[in-house]
Amino acid sequence: MANFIPAIHVILAVVLSPLLLGVINRTKAIFAGRRGQPLLQPYFDLIKLMNKAAVYSRTTTWVFRAGPVIGLASALACLPIVPLGGVKALSGFEGDLVLFAYLFGLMRFITVLAAMDTGSAFEGMGASREVQLSALAEPALLVGLGAMALKTGSLSLTGIYGKISTHMIAAPDGPVGFLVGMALLIVFLTENARIPVDDPNTHLELTMIHEVMVLDHGGVDFAMIQYGAALKLWILGTLLTGVFIPVRTQSDFLNLAAGLAGMFLLAIVVGVIESTMARLRLIRLPQMLVAAVLLSTLAFVWILR
Amino acid sequence: MWIMLFLSAVLFLFLSAALCLMLQRRPSAVNTLGSATAVIGGLLAMASAAGALASGQTPDFQIAWSVPFGSFHIALDALSAFFILPIGLIGLAGGLYGRRYLEDRLGRKPVGISWCFYHLLFVGMLLVATAQNGILFLFAWELMSLASFFLVMFDHEQEAVLTAGRTYLVATHLGAAFLLAMFVLLGAAEQTLEFDRFADPATPAMAGAIFILAVLGFGAKAGFLPMHVWLPQAHPAAPSHVSAVMSGVMIKTGIYGLLRVLTFIGPPPPWWGWTLVAVGAVSGIAGVLFALAQHDLKQLLAYHSVENIGIICLGIGMGLLGLSGENYAMATLGFAGGLLHVWNHALFKSLLFFGAGAVAHATGTRNIEQLGGLLKRMPTTGFCFFIGSAAICALPPLNGFVSEFLIYLSALAAVTQAGAATAGLVVIGALSLIGGLAAACFAKAFSTVFLGEPRSDQAALAHESALSMRLAQILPAAMCAVIGLLGPFAVQAALPAVKALMPSAAQAGVELARSRAVHLLWHISQAAVLLAALAAVLHMIRSRLLAKHPVAESATWDCGYAAPNPRMQYSASSFAKPLTRMFRWLLRPQTHLYKPVGLFPVHAGLETHTEDVFMRYGYGPLFNAFAWMAGHLRWLQQGRNQLYVLYIAITLIGLLVWKLG
Repeated sequence: MANFIPAIHVILAVVLSPLLLGVINRTKAIFAGRRGQPLLQPYFDLIKLMNKAAVYSRTTTWVFRAGPVIGLASALACLPIVPLGGVKALSGFEGDLVLFAYLFGLMRFITVLAAMDTGSAFEGMGASREVQLSALAEPALLVGLGAMALKTGSLSLTGIYGKISTHMIAAPDGPVGFLVGMALLIVFLTENARIPVDDPNTHLELTMIHEVMVLDHGGVDFAMIQYGAALKLWILGTLLTGVFIPVRTQSDFLNLAAGLAGMFLLAIVVGVIESTMARLRLIRLPQMLVAAVLLSTLAFVWILR
Repeated sequence: MWIMLFLSAVLFLFLSAALCLMLQRRPSAVNTLGSATAVIGGLLAMASAAGALASGQTPDFQIAWSVPFGSFHIALDALSAFFILPIGLIGLAGGLYGRRYLEDRLGRKPVGISWCFYHLLFVGMLLVATAQNGILFLFAWELMSLASFFLVMFDHEQEAVLTAGRTYLVATHLGAAFLLAMFVLLGAAEQTLEFDRFADPATPAMAGAIFILAVLGFGAKAGFLPMHVWLPQAHPAAPSHVSAVMSGVMIKTGIYGLLRVLTFIGPPPPWWGWTLVAVGAVSGIAGVLFALAQHDLKQLLAYHSVENIGIICLGIGMGLLGLSGENYAMATLGFAGGLLHVWNHALFKSLLFFGAGAVAHATGTRNIEQLGGLLKRMPTTGFCFFIGSAAICALPPLNGFVSEFLIYLSALAAVTQAGAATAGLVVIGALSLIGGLAAACFAKAFSTVFLGEPRSDQAALAHESALSMRLAQILPAAMCAVIGLLGPFAVQAALPAVKALMPSAAQAGVELARSRAVHLLWHISQAAVLLAALAAVLHMIRSRLLAKHPVAESATWDCGYAAPNPRMQYSASSFAKPLTRMFRWLLRPQTHLYKPVGLFPVHAGLETHTEDVFMRYGYGPLFNAFAWMAGHLRWLQQGRNQLYVLYIAITLIGLLVWKLG
């Protein structure tokens, strides 16, 4: 029984994560004065892609075919260790935050290799940008979570997120939660290739980061990549909403409901950001990520002071 | 019994070395003999270490030696056995690999001499890790250094190799000079150089001096920044099986020596731990940054050795900080992570050097900008290199993740307990930055060498290497996966060595941390199994779905361009450019741009290369200054015997005056 609600969260994440993309797109459509695509369009896309034939480049090897499979497997393997706000993770343990970061590292590594396997200069360009940005996002994420571990005295994601309270966002405990939350927001936008880092709707390959890496993938491979990206959005989103929506009640059902509401609120916020902001120039992005590292470090130092 | 087995391994290798030298006239036979005896010697050494480790005792062997303060005293305690295991394994794999690697040099090169020095290097490492006497230790240390020097000089007709050999010789002897001074300080109180009779240093200042000398002396061998400059020169210059042994295990004898000395000099004050954490963070980050900027595959790997030594150093530093703060959970996890990383790095780094050697052997170049598409031409080598790359980036489910996870745990244990939180912050920040940059670097190395289309004719005509060379890669690759899946057993195996580094009062804390680490590593193993299972299921789903449809092949979709050629691919330099640009204040890359001229430009180009800044701005000017000063003393030495007799006479008179006056 104790694992009932956490298991529900895993199932909901598996089922609902593409819906987040639908909500983001709907928000953007409303902002632009359009009616927009159906909310369930991401699901329709996935189903359509799964039933398509495939064309592979003659240059590619097994690495290209393994990319989507291993990438999606690592995103799915993350699900049992992430808590949704007050809802415990299905099987959290001390130090799981490290496993979390490195599973996403694996996903990125294999996606980058699959992109390089095509021999296309465009994909190489995207891969090169991806590794640059993630090399900076990694410390921001882990130092931020480390600061939270220091603050809460817990070493697992479940423990850390279970103890977050409103005290950490505002007074009296200082702006620790806020600082880490902002760092996590930057990491979230970077890792999920959203504006202001990357524009998922851009049409020019030269300016893309994530989308250009998967240019050559099609059919079921592309479906796996899209679904993996949706899961990544969900999983990194839980870390973010867990900080900013510190609802921790005795009832797991209420926690779950609050967590879910938070996720969709986050999707709307992302839609608003994308509608109201332009992309930053590529050359500015490292600075933003360094700022995220500094925010995390500042949170750490604030607690130590 | 185990020590006798160990001695027989040493003796066997020593005799084989002599035999290789004697049979020089028959190159083909000596090549097979050298390879086979290295394999047997490695097996004997590993068996003895595993047996001693399993028995839980410390077998000991001692005979007198006529050298003052010297005795031939060796012991196989937990710490020694822990280091003998990788030395044996990598020595074995190098032997296996070397035969076919050297085959096309037969008759043109003194292969017998090379094998002789390979065995002497092997003997030297085995003795360094077991010596219980200062003289014996220094003797073995020198044997190891000189043997590896001659191995590096194998291709001595090349200018770069000569320079590399010279740099290595100077660096290793500067390090040895610090060690000499260190042993003098260690043995001064009791007038002995027997390890088991060293007294604790009388004052903290004395202990500190010994610690500093050990860090400098052993650090020069291990490759701590800024004493790393010989590594990126010597490792590419050596034949690949030698690079694998040097980078995989020989530099680890520096770590072994440092740990051994730490057991002599009493409880550590916090600044020792801080020193190692700082050295580790700096070596780790700078090592991986310099690796990013390299185009030479083996040089890139050599810089990664600096990075990984940094990671090991972070673990040991956390261990020492834990000891000085009596936070035994943190100490145990730090030491265990650092020690396990010694094994792991030995496995994946030698694997990667074997792969690099196979590539260089097949294509005749180590310049990654000339390579590409080798995964199709060398499938086994490519797959093993892939495993090694993922492992060195600490990606689950492989072994690198297990040891880095332990170091992270140690840092997190530091974070949640007051006093050491800043060190925890430094370690978490450094490890995560190193992780991201290492992934970038290996994405670059693997993809430009093995993926895409070949960038030169040599690469297009490459062929898979011989069976024995492939076996030498499969063996460590399999071990990487095994340790990754069975982390709990690996940490159990490292535990006796960890205990040897901890005071007896801490044993309860060690036990507690051990059970916790084992428990958490089972979670990691579960995640690894889950990951593999998910990948298998997804692969099945993918095959099912694709079976229903036609699967076609075509050219890469290059945004509409129909005839892409290999030269249009992204190059390694371009791939690394954003990161090297960001860190150009440290790397100081030199760029040569040949701009296109005229209305119909024919040639244009861009070349970048990154020299080691420490060599360029530090040691280079320093040693040039020495050479300049030495030049000014030339008038003292003119080659006239009368003058030298005069010098001797003056010196004698001076000494007499000093003694009697």
